[in-house]
Amino acid sequence: MASVLVIRRDLVEELVAHARRDHPREACGQLLGPEETDRPERYVPMTNADDADAQGSDYRFDSREQFAVYKEATERDEETVVVFHSHTRVPRRPLTDSGLPEAYPSVKDVEYMGLQPGVHFAIVALTDRDSAYDLRSFLLDDAGEVVEDEVQVVENYMFSHTGAGDVPDRS
Amino acid sequence: MSATVSIPTILRTHTGGEKQVKAEGSTLQEVITDLEANHPGIKDRLVTDGALHRFVNVYVNDEDVRFAGGLDAQVPDNGTVTILPAVAGGR
Repeated sequence: MASVLVIRRDLVEELVAHARRDHPREACGQLLGPEETDRPERYVPMTNADDADAQGSDYRFDSREQFAVYKEATERDEETVVVFHSHTRVPRRPLTDSGLPEAYPSVKDVEYMGLQPGVHFAIVALTDRDSAYDLRSFLLDDAGEVVEDEVQVVENYMFSHTGAGDVPDRS
Repeated sequence: MSATVSIPTILRTHTGGEKQVKAEGSTLQEVITDLEANHPGIKDRLVTDGALHRFVNVYVNDEDVRFAGGLDAQVPDNGTVTILPAVAGGR
């Protein structure tokens, strides 16, 4: 199954900025967009409530904050299009040839991805606050297999077709 | 005692695609038992070993039931029960 994530450049910059700000802890958040458009319109950084690991290499949305965001999104006819988290450098995480942590879903990541069919899971991997980064995105197909999205970074959505029709970018 | 239960996408296979269903009960436990009676299979997705599954967050009105008694959380008449997938990862 081919899969594509079309995302505005300013949103990518927000994700990367959040990953840098929270490093070495994993950053997490979600991109919301109009229901059933698959088009991320705004980034909501989330509090990483995971405290099981002193290295900060896990993430968990704060459940009360998640509810508040869900409620507001529902009132605005929005839904979660992308769940975002960062991968930082920890001993157990494989490094790529470029020296960056692997921007690929872990076993635990995949377990939770299965709860949100159709939602993209984007990962920004970085070594430290000032390092280069790698951005990749994935979703689970109907068979539960990890499929990598082709990430298309665009300046705006006006001329990029995502199957949602010719709705101009609001910003 | 009737509550409105919001069902996340992943569990709508049990509710015939419905986003919201009605259920009876004055505690979350009773509401889930009633849900199971009408939507078989849903209970196993919510409860494991007598406690809420780590994969779900459940809210009664605006409060996460993990801070309000878990399965014993009181559900007021005409209350809302919202089920959301937990969002986590790492390792």
